[in-house]
Amino acid sequence: MTTPVLEVRNLVKTFHVGGGLFERLRFEKGRFSAPQKILRAVNGVSLSIAPGEVMALVGESGCGKSTVAKTIARIYEPTSGEIRIDGEDVSHLASRQMRPVRRKLQMIFQDPYASLDPRQRVKDIVIEPRRAQAGRAMSRKSLEDEAVALLARVGLNAEQANRYPHQFSGGQRQRIGIARALSVRPKLIIADEPVSALDVSIQAQILNLMMDLRDEFGLSYLFVSHDLSVVHHIADRIGVMYLGFMVETASRDQLFSRPKHPYTKALLSAAPTIDKALRKPEIEIAGEVPSALRLPQGCCFRTRCPFAFDRCAVERPALRQQPDGSSVACHLSESTA
Amino acid sequence: MSETLLDIRGLKTHFHTFGGLVKAVDGVSFQVDKGEVVGLVGESGGGKSVIGFSILRLIDPPGRIEAGEIIFDGEDLTKKSEEELRTVRGGEIAMVFQDPMTSLNPVYTIGRQMDEMLQLHTDLDASARRKRCIRMLEDVGISEAESRLDAYPHQFSGGMRQRVVIAIALLAGSRLIIADEPTTALDVTVQSQILKLMRRQIAERGAAMILVTHDLAIVSEMADRVVVLYCGKVVERGRTEDVISHPAHPYTRGLLDSIPRIADRQRRLQQIPGMVPDIRKLGEGCSFRDRCSRAQPLCAEKTPELLPVRHSLDAACHYPLNEAEA
Repeated sequence: MTTPVLEVRNLVKTFHVGGGLFERLRFEKGRFSAPQKILRAVNGVSLSIAPGEVMALVGESGCGKSTVAKTIARIYEPTSGEIRIDGEDVSHLASRQMRPVRRKLQMIFQDPYASLDPRQRVKDIVIEPRRAQAGRAMSRKSLEDEAVALLARVGLNAEQANRYPHQFSGGQRQRIGIARALSVRPKLIIADEPVSALDVSIQAQILNLMMDLRDEFGLSYLFVSHDLSVVHHIADRIGVMYLGFMVETASRDQLFSRPKHPYTKALLSAAPTIDKALRKPEIEIAGEVPSALRLPQGCCFRTRCPFAFDRCAVERPALRQQPDGSSVACHLSESTA
Repeated sequence: MSETLLDIRGLKTHFHTFGGLVKAVDGVSFQVDKGEVVGLVGESGGGKSVIGFSILRLIDPPGRIEAGEIIFDGEDLTKKSEEELRTVRGGEIAMVFQDPMTSLNPVYTIGRQMDEMLQLHTDLDASARRKRCIRMLEDVGISEAESRLDAYPHQFSGGMRQRVVIAIALLAGSRLIIADEPTTALDVTVQSQILKLMRRQIAERGAAMILVTHDLAIVSEMADRVVVLYCGKVVERGRTEDVISHPAHPYTRGLLDSIPRIADRQRRLQQIPGMVPDIRKLGEGCSFRDRCSRAQPLCAEKTPELLPVRHSLDAACHYPLNEAEA
């Protein structure tokens, strides 16, 4: 059995919100107190990605998918849980200790405008991670040659290497971001909504490029997206998140042909499509996502679930493996299994 | 026979910027019939939003409506005075924007903002207005409507705010609603709720809607007819099913092929090569020619006119796709 490129167990990430001590300070019944408001962004998420595999996380805004991605990339410190990259536990490494790990793990961001330094030339942006890894071991000339080669690989020419980010369109900037991630030849790229800011014709170009690079370099991706058709196109396996919980994980074909969790079903039927044949009888869910400051008791989805029954309010369903290899966190799937 | 509610003829809205003349809308014509939903689609820079703003003459300098007629219910809006237009805006024609926060005033309660609409456009007294507001909020699916009237916009979620904006648009009995990416900022499950609500309310009231969006999937589910824009020009228009299943213009075909299809997964997506040209530097000829696989020398010499191709389709292309190719 090969070591997974990424293995995450019971990842929890909470944020303290509500301001500083003096903003929270209360005086009640003759006593001062400063209650903490805790936002529970990620509540015990586990996943693993094999070499060369593309796993996607889908869900609506606030479901914690981006927080999972950023915590794995150690932009955030996990509250608890374990993150292993290529077998190495990186959950609590200090930023200096993380540096060698970043050779294996790179990130691509949603906003191609905010994620590139406007005052750096593109060739310098692209080679920055490589330079940080190599230290003084590489000559300026060889770094520059490598930058040009990287840019060529993502479809930009040598003349463009000397330009600044503002001289590029959104799609081209996303190519620059991809070239930068590739510069250290990582095993895993975490892509947080990499195409949602782009027009569809450009989106197709970027998705094709990402798939080509995976074949060429044997990359794995953790692909975070809210767009089911994009996820269906790129992912081998999909995890559906809701309110910080993983509610279902399954292979692409299983998830789209036989979704099990009521939320997954609702998500699939809500997505607009140009294929008339795909318009299924809809599972309509009313209302909106509850606040992560006050998680519902029991199942996270029960407040909107058309099938909720007594047990759902009392007991939180665990993510359980099904006979077909998928996993679902729903009391209904347990009884039928 | 359906009646035409809005008839836009040869609309040109240009922006005189320091960088050059931007022909954001360059000779656009289309009609909206009563009770109909017309989708304006295209990628960023296509000019679809500017058309919406031009209809209500909400174009600020350096932009200007240079030419064209906007005939709403028999009257040309481009010829009306500012004073006359004020009764049209929000009254006869309402707008719903992408970000509901931009159309709601954060310092007034929802109730006051709804009431303002009725004060301006009806003769009802205060208690009748209040009743009407409550019923409207219920119609758009807001529970405990009476108490919600006293809430401020920030106390609502994004989806709820968009419901309020739609309620305001419907309150004055608008006959045309211009919805500019109304659900782009919302999650899919909320999006489907809002789209269903809009479709139902429009059908019930016999109003018409112009739906501006980049999302062809939404258009295919919502619109009766589609107008496809590229670089400020209409490249194709027709009934939705014709445009989606057998488009005549290569750009429309390219857009449809770029969408990942769940029913028919390909290893690689068809992509439109290159990117949208600089709209300030467009000369004679078809603006899509550099990205088009069917381009011939003629495409660089002569700008194609929008002409009938087949069934309901009009396309601006010298070499349109025939039905079998599309």
